[in-house]
Parts: sequence; C-alpha cells; structure tokens
Amino acid sequence: MEPKVLTGKHFINGDVACAEGAIAAGCTFFGGYPITPATEVAERMAERLPDVGGTFIQMEDEIAAITSILGAAWTGAKVMTATSGPGFSLMMESVGLAVVTETPCVVVNVQRAGPSTGLPTMGAQADMMQARWGSHGDYEIIAMAPASPQEMFDLTIEAFNLSEKYRVPVFIMSDEVVGHMSEKVVIPEASKIHTVSRVRPVGRKDRFKPYQPLKNGVSPMPAIGDGFNIHVTGLTHDEQGYPVMSVDTQKDMISRLLAKIRNNIEDIIRTEGYLLKDAEMIVVSYGVSARTSYTAVDEARRMGIKAGLLRLITVWPFPDHIIRELARRVKGFVTVEINMGQISREVERCAGANASCCLVGHAGGTIITPDEVINRIKEAV
Amino acid sequence: MAKAKQRVHPLEDLIRTERIPHIWCPGCGVGTVFSACLSAIKQTGIEYRKFTMVSGIGCSGRGAGYARLDSFHTTHGRAIPFATGIKMANPELNVIVFSGDGDLFAIGGNHFIHAARRNMDLTVICINNFIYGMTGGQVAATTPHNAQSATTPYGNPESPFNLPLLAIASGATYVARWTMIHTRDLTDTFAEAMAHRGFSFIEVLSPCPINYVRRNKVKLMDLVKKFQTHTIIRNDADPRDLDLDFEKGVVLGKFVDIDRPTADMLYEEIRRRRAG
Repeated sequence: MEPKVLTGKHFINGDVACAEGAIAAGCTFFGGYPITPATEVAERMAERLPDVGGTFIQMEDEIAAITSILGAAWTGAKVMTATSGPGFSLMMESVGLAVVTETPCVVVNVQRAGPSTGLPTMGAQADMMQARWGSHGDYEIIAMAPASPQEMFDLTIEAFNLSEKYRVPVFIMSDEVVGHMSEKVVIPEASKIHTVSRVRPVGRKDRFKPYQPLKNGVSPMPAIGDGFNIHVTGLTHDEQGYPVMSVDTQKDMISRLLAKIRNNIEDIIRTEGYLLKDAEMIVVSYGVSARTSYTAVDEARRMGIKAGLLRLITVWPFPDHIIRELARRVKGFVTVEINMGQISREVERCAGANASCCLVGHAGGTIITPDEVINRIKEAV
Repeated sequence: MAKAKQRVHPLEDLIRTERIPHIWCPGCGVGTVFSACLSAIKQTGIEYRKFTMVSGIGCSGRGAGYARLDSFHTTHGRAIPFATGIKMANPELNVIVFSGDGDLFAIGGNHFIHAARRNMDLTVICINNFIYGMTGGQVAATTPHNAQSATTPYGNPESPFNLPLLAIASGATYVARWTMIHTRDLTDTFAEAMAHRGFSFIEVLSPCPINYVRRNKVKLMDLVKKFQTHTIIRNDADPRDLDLDFEKGVVLGKFVDIDRPTADMLYEEIRRRRAG
C-alpha cells in the first residue's frame, strides 16, 4: 500500500497529479462517472482511496456523481468529482444546490471541445463561462486553471482549501492537454503541505443557526450525527436553514452568498505576471494556452515589442481590479484561450475604453501556437 | 388548584414543531405516513442522531423539513444518490429517503434501480399518490391508465409502473407495500425496514385530495375506503401480481426480506483486504 502523500519526484500525467493532490488535501470521498479525458482522475482515485480509508464510488451518471459527493460532504468528508463537458452540463443543477447549501466540494473539468459530444479526445477551454454561469440564478463560485501536471497537484490542494474555507464549490478547469500530458511533478513531504478544513460549530446545540455567518461571511458547518439537527434545503432559507418564501429572505441569502466570495477576492484570486512592469501589450491567458503565450511574449520582446503576460490562475472570481489597473497604463490586451471568445469578453468589460482588446482563439481540438499569438500582438501594436 | 398537566404529543421530540403548520393539504395522506415513519424511528430504540432523512422535491419531499433530525431537501430526483453519498461516507448512519412517486420513479428512476442493485443500505419510503401534486396534478409514472390529469386531459394513454416488481427486479432486499390507512402495519414495516441491512423499499398508497381525487371525480373517502375494501394482504405474493388494480384487488404486505451483503460492507471488505 502506498502512503497518503506520495512524497518525491514523479513523472505522471495531469489527471493522476490531480488525484494525488486531492488525496494529499485530505479528500476521502470521490463519486465519479467515466468520461474522456477525465477518466484517469477517477481511475487513480479508485486505486488510492481504499488505502487511505476513503471511499470511491462509480455512480450511474454525472448527476448522481455530484449529488453523492454533496451527501458525503455533510458527513464531514472532503469530496471531489471529475468530469468533462457533457458530464459538467449534467452536474449544473446540483452545483446550484452546493452553492445555496454551502457544501464544500471540488469539481474537476478536464475540458474537451464541444458543444455536445464534440471532440472527446481533443482539448478546449470552452466551458469557462459554463463554470461561472452554468447553474441557474445568481451566485459566485471559484474556478482555477492549472497549466501543468504540477499545478494539477498544487491547485487541487488549493481548491480543497478554498472550498473548505468558503464553503463553496471550487472548479479545477483543466483541459485535455494538461490532463493527459506527463511531466515531472514534485510532491512535498506531508508536513509541508498546507491543508484547510471547514470550521465546525461549538456551543449550545439548541441555539445553533447553521447559516449564521462568522466574521468572514462563512458559517461553521456541522456533520450529520453531531447532534445539531440541521435542516439543509435548496429552497431559499433563513439563518436557521428553514425555507422562507419571501423577497427579503431571498435578498439576504443571495447577498451573503455573493459577499462571502466578493469580499475576500484578495485572499482567493491568484495570478502570475511575466514582464508586466513596462509592458504595453499584455497577453491574458490561462491553462495550457498560457504555456504557449510565454514563448510568444519572449519572441515579441526580441522584436522590440514591449509585451507581457498576465496568467490567470484563478479565473473566477475574475480579477477585475487587476485588468482595470493595467488598462490605465497599457495599449492593449490580447486574450489567448481555446474558444471563440469567453474570458476575452471579461477582459473587454474591465478594460472598457482604456485599452484595445482582441482575442486569439479557435473552436478547439488543438493548442494555440506561439506564432498565432505573435502575429496578433504585432497587429495590435 | 393544581395546574393541569400539559399533554405532549408523543412525536414532539422528532418534529420541528416551530415549522408547524405544515404545507400538506387537508385530506392528504403524507402526514399520516410521515408520523408512521417518525413512530418507527422511535420504535427502533436507536439514538436519533444516528438517523438522517433525505427528501427530493414535491409534496412528500417536504418530509425531511419537518423531521427533527439532520435532514436534507435536495434536488428533484436526487435524494437517493445524495443518500448514497452519506451512507458510503458514514456507514454508521441510518439513512431514510422519504419522497414521492414522481421524484423517485420518473426523474429519479435511474438512481432507484442502481441503489437497489448495489443493495445500498437505505430505507426508501415512497408515497405513491398517483400524480404530481405540488405542480398541480400532472401525469406521473404511477398514474393509472386512462386517468385524468392536467397533462392527460383526454385520459392517460400510458401505463403505470408496478413499483414492487421494479424494486425486486433491481435487487432490493426488503420490499413491502401498504396504504396510508394501515398505520400500525406501516409503523412496524418502517421499523423493520430501518433495522434491515440493505436496500429497503416501502410503497405507501396515499390520496391526493386536490389534484388526483377531485380531478378524477372520485370522492376522497371513497378512495380511502377502497384502501380497506379493495386490498388484500398477501405476504410473499408473486411480484407480477402487484400491479395496482383496485377492481382486481390491490395486494399489500411484505414481498421480499432477504440478506445480501450491502454496498458499504463490501467496500469495507476491500479496504480490509488491501490493508492485509
């Protein structure tokens, strides 16, 4: 049997690294359903979980997969599922349930080209808006975009930590290329891995209000059997967790669900800047597209263009403030992503009239080459 | 003068009394079945905190919201996979799924058959009122052939499920059927099902006074009377004879009660084997 944390250097693919990150973060329950190109996450979890005292179950569809992990989360477990576009679509209703019941969970989407069955074995980054808005109603979630197998490991841990801290679904928005590429992944010693667990309630059980927030906007979360007799519903509810069909309760609940994320963006949002200091043209990218963008920025610099790269590690909540600030001093943004324009619209929204914006994207199935990015930078300058 | 002793409802400790009045209509059978379920919990003698109740969506789906237990009101049709996650993550818990026919057998039908196949250790209580009550009386997978509903204005062209047959064929290890008037049998059956290790399914026939009974021009009390006069108690009946035909006589009783290793036990076995 292998230990919980596989400390050492490994040559593994992104999907396997994601599974190892989950185990290292303390995940003990995975409900899944096979789908290319995310299946390897489930396979690795199936192999590993029984050895660390956890549970793997392959459910009958992706709807069952996500609802099973939500149930498991209320026993106190850290939980995850992994899928790709079609399964992600099926999960959307219960993503909303996770949001309003404030159930911590990590959902991995190893993106492939869509819509529908699309190109099952070929990558894309076209579910980014679905991650943000796929369930009905107003809400906030967190989504992160790993650019390498190493980040599949690191960001999966981060995703669990944020999910536990803010009691919100966190998406790992990977893609087929990052999921299937094998690279060196360094797994630190268990004691060097920072993990966060949800705050459990203390005090009188009869006076406990499950949705009364602490200072950071998040409420402590009991487990089934702790004796708090909580009621958890997808209906609009008050602080006691009881359904109340009123405009005011709806306003209070939604405002709090948005505020607990929006008021903590400094803690949540992670980006990486490359040659941004004197940059006039900024490439905005994430995931696998950011990897090719580094080469493009270097090449542009050699041509005498002051290019830089803003890599989004957290994609949702969107780093509005960073784009707004950059827009005041740069000429333009070039957004690079494997879709026909999703995050590019967010960049446009934040840049407003202060900087030019354009997209380097395509309909999916392959990566974006540095040449395509360089050409667009040259045009934009 | 001595103060008159206030009488306490025998289920007061299991009901969220602050949420009463409930949403169920006068004449609805859900409340009766719900009380039987809570009485059964009491009857088992197991500590309340070892129980949890999961409901889906619909009139019966509001059950969880009134039980003073850790209780969950989930998405439509998904009570069983939610409950599956709870049971597999903490096998110590007694997990009760309390929901309706539309939730469990139309939108949630796939989950039902798979949980039965796995012998997931859940107690699934299905209140069958032959209709979608909460949305205003649309046809269900349990609506009798030719019956009127809001979406079968010319009569239901389809045929209903034989639910116990479906449960047995899918692998359920405890299967019973009663009606809401059989409250003592119901309570005993629920208690036995909760103690049973494995997938238990109890169908409970119940009237929807507003959206089924009235629309089909039957009197509420006539239907309830039929629950008594047109039913036959026959334990171990052939599941093929369990179709809901009141003219022929509806068969009630316990049809299956067998032992088979449960999903959580079999998974624990894998863990043990791996640990050597």
